[in-house]
Amino acid sequence: MKKTQDKRVQPKVKSSPLKVFNRRDFFNTVWKGLGLLAAFEMAGIFTAYLFSGKRKSIPEPGQLIEAGLAESFAPNSVTPFMGGRFYLARQKDGGFIALSLRCTHLGCSIAWEEKQNRFICPCHSSAFAINGEVLNPPASRALDFYPVMIDNGLIKVDIGTLKERNSFRKDQLQYA
Amino acid sequence: MGSVFLHLHPKRVTEASVQFNRTFGLGGMAALLIVIQIITGVLLRFYYAPYPAEAYNSILFLKNQVLFGQFIRNIHYWSGVFLLMIAFLHFIRVFFTGAYRDIRNINWLLGLVLLILVVLLNFTGYLLPWDQLAYWAITVSTNIIGYLPFAGETLRTMIIGGKELNASTLQSFYAFHTAVFPLLLLLIVTYHFWRVRKAGGILTQHTSEEPVMIPVVPNLVFKEVIVALVLVAALFTFAVFFNAPLLEKANPTFSMNPTKAPWYFAGVQELLIHFNPLFAAFIIPFGVLSFLALIPFLQYQELPNGIWFISEKGQHSAKSTAKFSAVLTIICIVLNQYILKFEILLSPLPAFVSNGIVPLLILFLLLTVFYRFYLKPIKLNKEELVQAAFVFILTAFIILTLTGIFFRGKDMELTFPWNI
Repeated sequence: MKKTQDKRVQPKVKSSPLKVFNRRDFFNTVWKGLGLLAAFEMAGIFTAYLFSGKRKSIPEPGQLIEAGLAESFAPNSVTPFMGGRFYLARQKDGGFIALSLRCTHLGCSIAWEEKQNRFICPCHSSAFAINGEVLNPPASRALDFYPVMIDNGLIKVDIGTLKERNSFRKDQLQYA
Repeated sequence: MGSVFLHLHPKRVTEASVQFNRTFGLGGMAALLIVIQIITGVLLRFYYAPYPAEAYNSILFLKNQVLFGQFIRNIHYWSGVFLLMIAFLHFIRVFFTGAYRDIRNINWLLGLVLLILVVLLNFTGYLLPWDQLAYWAITVSTNIIGYLPFAGETLRTMIIGGKELNASTLQSFYAFHTAVFPLLLLLIVTYHFWRVRKAGGILTQHTSEEPVMIPVVPNLVFKEVIVALVLVAALFTFAVFFNAPLLEKANPTFSMNPTKAPWYFAGVQELLIHFNPLFAAFIIPFGVLSFLALIPFLQYQELPNGIWFISEKGQHSAKSTAKFSAVLTIICIVLNQYILKFEILLSPLPAFVSNGIVPLLILFLLLTVFYRFYLKPIKLNKEELVQAAFVFILTAFIILTLTGIFFRGKDMELTFPWNI
């Protein structure tokens, strides 16, 4: 159908090599171009609309939590601070580290198992030592931690600054 | 209205295509379940509040104060579960009768998209009650995205609108669950149905005789009504006796032990125990999905014949492959759990090598052995070979899913179902 119509309208146009566009082709192209442009605009507006309004929870450095006096924590003990989402772990040698609650595998909250002397993630059974080191996969990174400051024997934890690490190093501990 | 419904069908169809065991009515059941989902979903919207502070309480209110509130919620929950199962069975049925080739290739792809949409609908709906089950299942699932190379962490933050689940996560999941995905689903389902008609109806077995044509009313419609009534009866019975789960309100500081992903992701979660997340959650699933998408476009020699499992040989090889896959999967799960912990054995290597590339290579080696010494000697043609690959993946997936649901107890250790 369409082809026969075209033949009837266009014979002259086709014979002329100078005329690249006939009027119909020209307007078709313009319409398509405008449609595409409109689609891009809409996509741009949608994206801007959807993502600019996301409430971002940006951690603010310097949010200090007072955990208590250093001497009140026994060596080789773990104290949960659920409000600050961390465990304050005192190592055997007396060093302190504030370990994030989040398992480094998929973000579940780890639990301290006193009897086994390790943190265990209930989701995929990753286990971590008291210093945050991985004891059992699937987790592959040591637990994240928050900076600890000890001021006149008073322990403060900066819960605005989460530090990521691959493994435990001695200099991550703080001593009273 | 009646004629709108009847115009979904042609006036006459072949006698073979109305046989119940040709399709088991699975596509029709899925369509009916979508309608039920929409009706109950709209009803639930009248009470649900998509804000972390109120979401859980609004569900409690629905349960305890609203007449039939629990019942409507149960129907919505169970029809969601049924829909996913039936869509999955439909997908298996279409594959094993070969109804994915030639003119039906696009419809196979659309079917895959629909299956993914149904999973996404289930998944976004899972978060809405904002209970412990929801909170942790979605936390785990969205954390997986962070393992994508390069932009993973950015993408995760974008999807959940922050570092952890928060109010904007709930709100956007709500929008996707109640508007974006249902709308897409309806549009694509309509097109999906239209393409079945365009392909000349249901694929039936090839015969040399002229097919017998029979009128749709009453032959097909009568059967459809029966299937619909039985399905609705089963669904309502379920909804009366089994409540949709609801645990305590979400508590971000306390993960449950064990925390399990939604049941349809139990297979992926099981993979996560064995493989590095990059492999368990991306490389393997995307590999499988690409294979599924490619299935209709591999050049086959013969025309689709509409016979279950293609041929005698196809049936035989499918059975053996299923057995091999089941045994292999079970052995791998147990071995990896207790003896072969690659991450510890090969600890100097980066995790994605020791716990990703290495075990995957070992698996491929075993598969090559199976191919070389079993599949190759019995000389399968291409479609039978593709079927064997499909059967292998399907069986492994089902075993992984069952393990995740029934054999993982406290601390996600392997155990028996009666110990959970």
